[in-house]
Amino acid sequence: MTLAAPSFFERHRTALLTAGALALLAAPFVAYPIFLMKLMCFALLAASLNLMVGYVGLLSFGHAMFFGSAGYATAHAVKVWGFDPALGVLFGAAVAAAIGATTGVLAIRRAGIAFSMITLACAQLVYFIALRSPFTGGEDGIQNVPRGKLLGLLSLQDNLTLYYVVMVAVVAAFWLIWRVVHSPFGQVLTAIRDNEPRAISLGYRVNRYKLLAFTLSAALAGLAGGMKSIVFQIATLTDVSWVTSGEALLMGIVGGLQTMLGPVVGAMVVVTMANQLSAFAEAVMIVQGTVFVLVVMLFRRGIVGEINAFLARRARLGQTPEAAAVPPRTPRAGAVHD
Amino acid sequence: MPDTLFGFPLAAIAGQVLVGMINGSLYALMSLGLAIIFGLLRVVNFAHGAQYMLGAFVAWGLLEYLGLNYWWALVLAPLVVGLSGVALERTLLRRLYHIDHVYALLLTFGFALILEGLFRYKFGATGQPYPNPIAGGLDTPMAFFPWYRLWVIAASMGMCILTWFVIERTKLGSYLRAATENPNLVRTFGVRVPRMLMLTYGLGVALAGFSGVMAAPIYQVNPLMGSQLIIVVFAVVVIGGMGSIVGAIVAGFGLGVLEGITKLVYPDGAGMVVFVVMLIVLAVRPQGLFGSLR
Amino acid sequence: MPEQNVPCLEVRGLTGFYGETQALHGIDFVVQPGEAVCLLGRNGAGKTTTLRAVVGLLAKRRGHIAIDGRPTQGMAPEDIARLGVAYCPEERGIFASLDVEENLLLPPVLMPGGMTLEEIYTLFPNLKLRRKSPGTRLSGGEQQMLAIARILRTGAKLLLLDEPTEGLAPVIIEKIGEAIGILRQRGFTILMVEQNFRFASGVGDRFYVIEEGRVAEHFDRQTLATDHARIEALLGV
Repeated sequence: MTLAAPSFFERHRTALLTAGALALLAAPFVAYPIFLMKLMCFALLAASLNLMVGYVGLLSFGHAMFFGSAGYATAHAVKVWGFDPALGVLFGAAVAAAIGATTGVLAIRRAGIAFSMITLACAQLVYFIALRSPFTGGEDGIQNVPRGKLLGLLSLQDNLTLYYVVMVAVVAAFWLIWRVVHSPFGQVLTAIRDNEPRAISLGYRVNRYKLLAFTLSAALAGLAGGMKSIVFQIATLTDVSWVTSGEALLMGIVGGLQTMLGPVVGAMVVVTMANQLSAFAEAVMIVQGTVFVLVVMLFRRGIVGEINAFLARRARLGQTPEAAAVPPRTPRAGAVHD
Repeated sequence: MPDTLFGFPLAAIAGQVLVGMINGSLYALMSLGLAIIFGLLRVVNFAHGAQYMLGAFVAWGLLEYLGLNYWWALVLAPLVVGLSGVALERTLLRRLYHIDHVYALLLTFGFALILEGLFRYKFGATGQPYPNPIAGGLDTPMAFFPWYRLWVIAASMGMCILTWFVIERTKLGSYLRAATENPNLVRTFGVRVPRMLMLTYGLGVALAGFSGVMAAPIYQVNPLMGSQLIIVVFAVVVIGGMGSIVGAIVAGFGLGVLEGITKLVYPDGAGMVVFVVMLIVLAVRPQGLFGSLR
Repeated sequence: MPEQNVPCLEVRGLTGFYGETQALHGIDFVVQPGEAVCLLGRNGAGKTTTLRAVVGLLAKRRGHIAIDGRPTQGMAPEDIARLGVAYCPEERGIFASLDVEENLLLPPVLMPGGMTLEEIYTLFPNLKLRRKSPGTRLSGGEQQMLAIARILRTGAKLLLLDEPTEGLAPVIIEKIGEAIGILRQRGFTILMVEQNFRFASGVGDRFYVIEEGRVAEHFDRQTLATDHARIEALLGV
């Protein structure tokens, strides 16, 4: 993942961030706030999965267990215990992190595909528990989750208000991910992904790092799940099912696994598609399956990844004057396409 | 002869053990197919459940549209499903071997979604009935054992033993085992390894189709039957040890029976017991009962 | 005297890549039927890569390779094998899940002219003793003998041996040298990669020194006898 020259996104970072911020602020006046919030929550879920798959190199099939259990936890805390919504969401994230740490301890001992199968089976166990537990409401889920008042002051009843709150939270979470990926910790993770035996021989407690990353990823997925419960005021079984895990994975690969923007783009594509086809549940499956196949066979790097590669190729061929004008940065180990 | 054991009526125990053995038969056959495919191709075939469903539907279709009964289906359906697998391997799957095997897995996952989506579209989520080919049963003082159920158990065991024999004791099997260890070297011996991979995938998938036909008269033939089964089967595979033939068979039958007994003793936990066992096995022996640490 | 019309193996201008890295920069050599040719050189010079290219295991390669006059560009390894080539890799590749006899019987007989199992056991008696042992329970020397013995059944006449004496005790090395001698008498053609110059000089007819992906030197037994000191210095022996 090292770069000879800064990527398009890195070079134009300020411009892009400003444009992005403006877009986010203006968005609810162009599209339905609920739809946008759904997008943001799923983008965060996809980003949390990306952290594991793209940067640590471990494919988790069970991220729905974090997303969904946090959803239940938050819903219960807010509805039954009367928690403040912020506290409720944090509680959900904490629950997800705890599940993450526990499954992580079991799953991380195995590498590669075995890790994935274990996360899948653990997620299925969580699904069964959710199905049977009285407090989750079984097939009905937990309904009528109150929006509440943020910090006792700001009523979240209004969709527009809630949008900005969620926006702040999600942006903060993405910023956190970005910081982690670019930190020394993140660089060690990338080193482990690229050459684990080498990292071990350098003295790194590889499993500790992986476990920490996994727990963090779980917490972030939980954050997304908790927020979703508040937004939609419901927590359901679908949120803990393998269908959601599969969708998160789809968003990741469609967008681009080793990129920061990938999950966002992926979420946009998948959620919009699901919304448009919501009348035909089977069609959604067929389309999703086809997208999986196409991306895996032809566009492995995902949308953002392919754009990055295209721009990098153009820059290398010297067709953009910027590539000549800007001196190439010395790549750090684990530098990442933005 | 007493009619209870540990407080449970013998008839009930016998009934649950029978159901457990039936489920175990399916778990074993499905895990076997997955183990063979994973063992040689290093691919986790996420389409396995959908291919099982396909087998059941082919059986149903053969009867519905061509009037061909179960015994025809038992031969034809695995063939059809196996050929579909061969086609998938030949056209798409083999292009993914040279990169991270996650992509091959994702391809089979996508294929499963397409397959299930198509069948759901055509048939909805309701099941189609399939007639019992062997009516009647064995009437004993303890319980009534339907002939078909006994047939399923016997046929599954037979198929498992046959597969084990072919892989462990024949020349073809030794090619497979050697190609698993060092495919390139085996190619230099003149063995057509790419063709072998294709046929192996086809065989594994055919086993799924075979399971589907066997399941058709017992469970309704519906598009969801595969995805409901496959996740439990993955847990069985992890318990038995990924890529282990013996592990798949032993874990499959064993867990089926365990599930059956649990249904009697603690009904609410029956759906979970396989996963709980998986967690325990992972904590104690992460490579699975018969697996190897690679 | 063997016919000298068509070389058993001809390599011209062979370049090869591992991904983006170029490993071979133009290799040229021939092997005549019945000869024993040795590729010498330091680690990483490209000797093993050359062998892999010949058997078809080097994905990216250009240049001319012909076996008995048949060009092999674009051929799959299993088809190249059917031209009468057999490969004994450096890591030996003994299959752990098979016993000795299964390992021996694994390579299929592709054409007539190969040795029978009994003939192989006569050549390597200690393999017969250990016929039912799991492949990996053998000592290094026995594994090497097994790796060589395995490819004698197929009917291939051109044997590619990659470092057959690596890591073995002198006594075993001698035995392997004897075995190779017997194989030559039976008409096998041998292309060998060796770092053990002493061994190679006792076995080979002609020698090519490979350096940084190219042939640096080429000499035969006679030159070896007369130019001994210079050659030994060249090889850093």
